[in-house]
Order: sequence, then structure tokens, then C-alpha cells
Amino acid sequence: MSQPLEPTTPTTAREWPLWEVFVRSRRGLNHQHVGSLHAPDAAMALRNARDVYTRRSEGVSLWVVPATAIVASSPDEKDSFFDPAGDKAYRHPTFYEIPAEAQHL
Amino acid sequence: MQAGFDALIAGDERVEPRDWMPEGYRKTLIRQIAQHAHSEIIGMQPEGNWITRAPSLRRKAILMAKVQDEAGHGLYLYSAAETLGIDRSELLDLLHAGRQKYSSIFNYPTLTWADMGAIGWLVDGAAIVNQVPICRCSYGPYARAMVRICKEESFHQRQGFEILHTLSHGTDAQKAMAQDAVDRWWWPSLMMFGPPDDESPNTAQSMAWGIKRFSNDELRQKFVDMTVPQSEVLGLTLPDPDLRRDEATGHYRFGAIDWSEFFDVLKGNGPCNAERIEHRRRAHDEGAWVREAAGAYADKQAARAAQAGAA
Repeated sequence: MSQPLEPTTPTTAREWPLWEVFVRSRRGLNHQHVGSLHAPDAAMALRNARDVYTRRSEGVSLWVVPATAIVASSPDEKDSFFDPAGDKAYRHPTFYEIPAEAQHL
Repeated sequence: MQAGFDALIAGDERVEPRDWMPEGYRKTLIRQIAQHAHSEIIGMQPEGNWITRAPSLRRKAILMAKVQDEAGHGLYLYSAAETLGIDRSELLDLLHAGRQKYSSIFNYPTLTWADMGAIGWLVDGAAIVNQVPICRCSYGPYARAMVRICKEESFHQRQGFEILHTLSHGTDAQKAMAQDAVDRWWWPSLMMFGPPDDESPNTAQSMAWGIKRFSNDELRQKFVDMTVPQSEVLGLTLPDPDLRRDEATGHYRFGAIDWSEFFDVLKGNGPCNAERIEHRRRAHDEGAWVREAAGAYADKQAARAAQAGAA
């Protein structure tokens, strides 16, 4: 900028919490994560989510969840955490050898 | 850790927020996504300027929806940036302090109604060409935000084209107004793709990281090739005497871009730089009481709920 700027009012001393937003796009489908937003409370979070994420009828139902309420697996433990499933190929139908003439299996 | 990251990039897989990533990758993304988000919200100003003067209720409703979309796009992008460990409030403070940039295109004024058409057709058109490849950006949240944005931009470009088409098939004065707007927005739109490849030092690294998929000059050429035939449909000319189709390659060759103007506007000397930031800061300051009131209301409701629970 050409001229020095006056300091603006700092954004509110206390930040509005972050909410994760989930949208059910139509009946019969799961709610799906679409993004996040800031809002002071749950009611405002829902209204903001409607305006930000469903301006074109993208949803028939909305969930907002405080981001702090989400417990996530750690990417660092990805291998050890998900490994137990890796060596159990017998959980998949393709594991089994079935004679070709056996139908509807 | 670096090896895991390199493997994701090499496999053209997506990097997600909690994955380890090199500091340079994180910083580059924060800078780029923030600049992109700032552009969306500063971009509301030149168009907001015409909402009260739209020529019909139909045009007014459309323009309001478009400006609201820009706000929404800003929010998608701030949300993506926050997954990199920076707060939206911090990004806004950086914008207000002039320490992060927004697209220079918004430092040009919107002088007539036809500018709404030219912005939709050319500026949003250039933005789409820039943004479509970012839908495949290596950073997941940015790519996902871009998918949403690109879906919505298409309406922006088409409504702009329709405005210009209507004007250019109207009275002589209306057609002249459309032509004047195109004359003023054409070159700045070409500059939106950034400096030429040999003067764009960060391109190679961004491409290696899968943040950028095409170089500035490639995207610019793509835009010109798409746009010239559209100008013929509009019945308007583009202000470049050197513009001609190269029969051998099928590409349109265009004249030299005045990069001194680009760098001058970037430095802050464009017609509206000071006005845009000033307006943005004022809007932020004047909205402070609303944010405080909403916070106070939330506190009161929470306290009441706690009391009712205790009783």
C-alpha cells in the first residue's frame, strides 16, 4: 500500500467457534461433509450453513457439529491403525474360489 | 514424513489437513488460498456498486445472487485456508493491513452498467479458466472448494455474456456502452493470469507440488482462444489490432501486454486500490457491534440453558 494504514479494530476478542457442516442432498442419501463455518451458536450456524452451502437447493437436511466435538484418527498412526484389516482378504467375496457353473453366488 | 508426502504427490493423490507437509507447501497454499478468498470478497465491491442501479428487477435479483455467491466463495476458501492452521480473523487482519493481496483486477472501477456484463463475461471467464485446473489441486480442501466454486461461476459468466449481448443488440448508445466496457476490461483480464512464464519464479515449484497444473501463459492462451469467437457472437471487437488466428496452430495470437501497468496496479497505484481496502476495513469495523451482539446473545442463551438444566 502507498500510505501507512491505521490499525483496524481487531476481529472480535473472542472468535466465534468453528462448525463442520454436513448436507443430505436428497432423501435416501447420507449426510455428507461439505465444509465449515464460524458462528456464535448452533442456531446461527444452521442459518449460515443454509446460506453458504445450500443456495441452490443442494440439500434437504443440514447438520452442524462443533469442530471441537469431532474425534479423528491420526494420520501418523494410519498404518498401525488400519493394518489389522489389511491381511484379512477372506472378508471379501472375491477371496473364494467357486466353480464357474455355480450360479447366483 | 517427507517420503510419505512425496509419494502422495507422485501418485497424484490428495494431501489432507492432518498429513505432514513441507513448510513451503503449507505457506504457498495459505498465501494462494488467502489471496483467492480475499479476491472473492473484495470482488463484491465493484459489482455491489451497481445493485441499486440495475436496469430491471430481473437484473437486480441476478446481480444480488451473484454478489452473494462471491461472499459464499470467499467463505468456502477461508474455510479451506483454516484447515492449514491459520485463523480467518488473522487472514482478514493481513488483508486489512495490506500484507496479503487480492486480484488486481478489482482495482479497476465499474463506470457503467455494461461493466457488469464485461466483468461476468471476461473477468469471471478468466477466473474459470484459472480455477478449473485447481479442482485437481493436490491439497484436498482447496480442490473441493474449487469444485463448488466452478459449478457456480458458470452462471456468473453466462449472465455477463447475456448483459453484453442485450446491450450490443440494443440502441447505438447501448452498443457503444458495451464496446467501451469490453475495451476497458480486455487487457486487465489477460493480466489476471499473472506474469509471463519466464517472469513467474514460483510456477515450477507450484507445478511440482501439484498446486498448479498449467503455466500462466498456457492458461492465458486458452482463455483467448475461447473468448475471441464469443466476441464475434456478441458483435463486439476486442481492443487489440494484433489479434489474429494463426492458421497453422489454430491459436489466436495477441499483442504485447503492458506489464508495467500490471506491476503498477499490483504495487497499489491502480485507480481503486485505496478505495477497496478502505471500504473493506470500514465494513469490518462497522460490523463489529453485530459480531459482539451475536456473541453476547449466544452467551445469554447458553447461560439460560445451563440454569434451566441446573433447576
